[in-house]
Amino acid sequence: MATSGVADRGSTERSSDTKIWNNPTVRGVFWQIVLIVAVLGSAAYLASNAIDNLARQHIASGFGFLNRESGFDISEKLVQYEPSDTYRDAFLVGLLNTFEVAGLGVVLATILGTLIGVARLSPNWLLRKLAQCYVELWRNLPLLLQLFFWYALLHVAAPGPRDAWNPLPDVFISNRGLMFPTPSADPSHKFIWIAFFVGVVASIGLDWWGRKRQEATGKPFPILAASAALIIGLPVLVLLATGAHMTLDKPVMQGFNFAGGSSFSPELTALLIGLVVYTASYIAEIVRSGILAVSHGQTEAAGALGLQRGLVLRLIVLPQALRVIIPPMTSQYLNLTKNSTLAVAIGFPDLVFVAQTQINQTGQAIEGIGIIMATYLAISLSISLLMNIYNARIALKGR
Amino acid sequence: MATATTMLPASGSNGLQRFGLWARANLFNSVGNSIITVLFGALALWVAWSIFKWGVIDAVFVAPNMRACQTAGTGACWAFVGEKWRFILFGRYPYEEQWRTAIVLVLLFGMTGASFVPKLWRRETAYAWVAVLIISGVLMWGGVLGLVPVESDLWSGLPLTMILSLLSMIFGFILAVFLALGRRSNLPVVKLICTAFIEIMRGVPLITILFMASLMLPLFLPPGFSVSKVLRALIAITMFLAAYQAEDIRAGLMALPKGQFEAADALGLSYWRKTKSIVLPQAITIVIPPLVGNLIGNFKNTSLVSIISLLDLMNTTQVALVDPNWRGLTSEAYLFLGAIYFVACFAMSRYSQWLEVLLNKGKRR
Amino acid sequence: MKRILASAVLTLALGTAATAEAGQTLDNIKSKGVLTCGVNDKTAGFGAADSAGKYAGLDIDVCRAVATAILGSPDKIKFVPLSAPQRFTALQSGEVDILSRNTTWTLGREAQLGLLFGPTVFYDGQGFLVKKSANIKSAKQLSGATVCVQPGTTTELNLADYFRANKLELKPVVIENLDEVENAFFTGRCDAYTTDSSGLASTRVSKAPKPDDYVILPELISKEPLAPAVRQGDDQFYDIMRWSVFALLQAEEKGITSKNVDAMLKSDDPDIKRFLGVTEGNGKSLGVDEKWAYNIIKNVGNYGEIFERNVGKGSPLKLERGLNDLWTTGGLMYAPPAR
Repeated sequence: MATSGVADRGSTERSSDTKIWNNPTVRGVFWQIVLIVAVLGSAAYLASNAIDNLARQHIASGFGFLNRESGFDISEKLVQYEPSDTYRDAFLVGLLNTFEVAGLGVVLATILGTLIGVARLSPNWLLRKLAQCYVELWRNLPLLLQLFFWYALLHVAAPGPRDAWNPLPDVFISNRGLMFPTPSADPSHKFIWIAFFVGVVASIGLDWWGRKRQEATGKPFPILAASAALIIGLPVLVLLATGAHMTLDKPVMQGFNFAGGSSFSPELTALLIGLVVYTASYIAEIVRSGILAVSHGQTEAAGALGLQRGLVLRLIVLPQALRVIIPPMTSQYLNLTKNSTLAVAIGFPDLVFVAQTQINQTGQAIEGIGIIMATYLAISLSISLLMNIYNARIALKGR
Repeated sequence: MATATTMLPASGSNGLQRFGLWARANLFNSVGNSIITVLFGALALWVAWSIFKWGVIDAVFVAPNMRACQTAGTGACWAFVGEKWRFILFGRYPYEEQWRTAIVLVLLFGMTGASFVPKLWRRETAYAWVAVLIISGVLMWGGVLGLVPVESDLWSGLPLTMILSLLSMIFGFILAVFLALGRRSNLPVVKLICTAFIEIMRGVPLITILFMASLMLPLFLPPGFSVSKVLRALIAITMFLAAYQAEDIRAGLMALPKGQFEAADALGLSYWRKTKSIVLPQAITIVIPPLVGNLIGNFKNTSLVSIISLLDLMNTTQVALVDPNWRGLTSEAYLFLGAIYFVACFAMSRYSQWLEVLLNKGKRR
Repeated sequence: MKRILASAVLTLALGTAATAEAGQTLDNIKSKGVLTCGVNDKTAGFGAADSAGKYAGLDIDVCRAVATAILGSPDKIKFVPLSAPQRFTALQSGEVDILSRNTTWTLGREAQLGLLFGPTVFYDGQGFLVKKSANIKSAKQLSGATVCVQPGTTTELNLADYFRANKLELKPVVIENLDEVENAFFTGRCDAYTTDSSGLASTRVSKAPKPDDYVILPELISKEPLAPAVRQGDDQFYDIMRWSVFALLQAEEKGITSKNVDAMLKSDDPDIKRFLGVTEGNGKSLGVDEKWAYNIIKNVGNYGEIFERNVGKGSPLKLERGLNDLWTTGGLMYAPPAR
């Protein structure tokens, strides 16, 4: 019965082929035109509403406010900023703060996530189970709740600056955040940086040369030891040569709070802990499945070839695991960056936080939200683009 | 009797021995592992004990206010939860009418649980869902059958969280199917619009979309015409979820063997018929596990509506914390809240793992 | 096709209905039979929910008074909780009819945001709360201090201005959630906490582990007149809102309370007779029921009652009347004659 139904339909379609609206191409074009008209029409309708509303409510439009004085202070800034500076400067401060959180968060979450992911595969039952508990606990709670929790914890548990915890010499934890010493600036330091970069470049070159030589002669080159010596040794040599100007700027209790050194505010600390702990629980699973994805046969085959354990890991397991790990890892990094917008709930002045203050003061919501969306779209799309290029390069070449 | 008495100690020592062997193999098989076991074991015990001491031994379960709590004991003040649980769970929904939201919760949880059983993936379940949603709507809104009418602005707490997650799931899924098909379409304009929508939604944080719904949308509507806050948040969450689910479904579409499309074309089926009867059922079955994963994320994400001052579970907790008689009890409140979210999310994630195994089994066979 | 047509018709219908409504806030309230009021749900004393989910507070009672004047009942009201960044958008877009959410009356907000503020319902000023042991006597000594403040408010701007004007070094800690910001102060995260002095007083009493360990510094660095606001374009509604607030003051001045208002109907004082609608005229000119003031006082109480109940002696906050006393007893509260 079903076949006859299909046949009927087929015959009716064929018989009406002459009618123009049954031509698939014509229909496709028609529906697309309808869609364009509908989309443009609603856009125009909404825009005209917005123009009317803004005029009626005396709200300015356009980005002119960016050049006006903002009037509000921002508690954490990586660049100089005063309330007398413009909204443009305020947005820049917010953007840099977003990058700061995202950058630190990505590095720390990768380290923690990898440790937990490896622990998930540990031969030790207890460690394995604890790692699993970690993953299950943090994955199944809303990030916002976690942020509120960490922030409350930093307030309640940590002492005031006068009786700050002192876990390491010159490192203090109090409810003012985390204080730690940093090397004080010295003109000789730029040579150390130069030496560091020379070391990095030389290592890359050496690695390339070592591979060539191994391909040609089969002799392996101890690249790890050599690059470590270059990257660490060169700057140390320069430091000694320039007279060892290495003094530390240490945090010291002064008046109300610590002065000197560097510090992370509790807001930044809570946000970082929250983002890192949450994202690490996802990264752990990615790392675990990445390692498991390399089939056991590969490791055994490499062992049968007589490769050492370290080489097996470096030449066989890691490259294959990375191919599985990197795409989901990138999307976790993006998630972390997007999740950092929850800073607004605990008072860390990221981009969204600055925009929210701007909207509240000027009433120009469209522009404020536009700036946030454009920024995040730019970040997301450029990362996606890089990912696509990367994926195309590492994809298994067709078999 | 004699045999039993001789058996018992034997099996006991056997069990002990077995545990000893197991422990040696799994906990103390090398020096490094032994150190790890002792170290982490001690840490875990210490954490567990501290929490137990604070939460149970030193805790206060009944007290009229925060100060009485603090004088009565040094641990947790669960009296706060005792006083506020109804507000946290049901929020501003009229106090005398809260039994209605309780019934709705039971219905929705029951239906969600039932839908998790693969045997019930039938047309009848869909009808049951429609019925449950209608009943829930009647109960929540009231105004008929002698029920006092309640405006959607008063919906709050767990019912609001559930309604937002479930409805965004249903509408988001429908929208996602069309977006996924649109992105795979041969019509360039359709493809462009769907791709742009998906990429924009996935490219920005949820909070900006919620800000759009709460701060920007009113500017785009004609004066005097406003959409309820709940609906606005629902639209925002739905669009956001749909973009992610569309990508999952698209992965399923791409995983379908080409022969399926060709066979359908050979039968002379129209595009919609081919899609409905052949392509979608297979594509969606492939991607059920990631779809469930998205639902967990979506459930957690609904907590963000508290930032646009919708009284969801997260926000009712925060409002409860403002009461001058019960201030500063953040740990207790967040633990109570965390327990609710954890149970729901943990159950769903366990389910999705189980489902994945089940579906893979089917494939292998 | 049918669906597209239907939605087009729907859009048109909504569009036309909307234009008819534009600017006529009062008609809209009357036809819906409900006043929509934007409030704060996280400030004890001004607007907060109790364990049963009912809102209470001074700002809430102002809304009730306006609703009573227009609709005759304090319960014909819909409360919409709003966050600080949402509040003006919500009022401008018509989502709420009136904003009564501890909002400071400023020039910018009236001129740039297109709002109209009613009479001040609470005179406030921004001050600082510090720990007594820190031994600070004046706000000028706060250089380098960490100051806790809530964002997106005039408080934040005043703080920056004050520190800039006095060349003090400022480290603000900006936290949106009131509970979090107060917690931050009492646990020592900040050296000082700044907000409106009313808020400081209530925080000190209700939240401090030991209230005597904390002092409020003498300087008030700003004027914070908290007032209800409506959007521009409906003058009649604006008048009703203003006179509903004035009625609260007038009643207190004349000694009319919710308890004695029935007896006062028999008063011989021509002012009171006019006020309570025994002598008709006021209601008609405002465009509301002649009994409007009577209804307000009967259902909501006079300003003194509202104050004491929500933030004064009868509340956990225990605020003094101070500037908020009547002009006859040394305060600033003054109502123009209701005639």
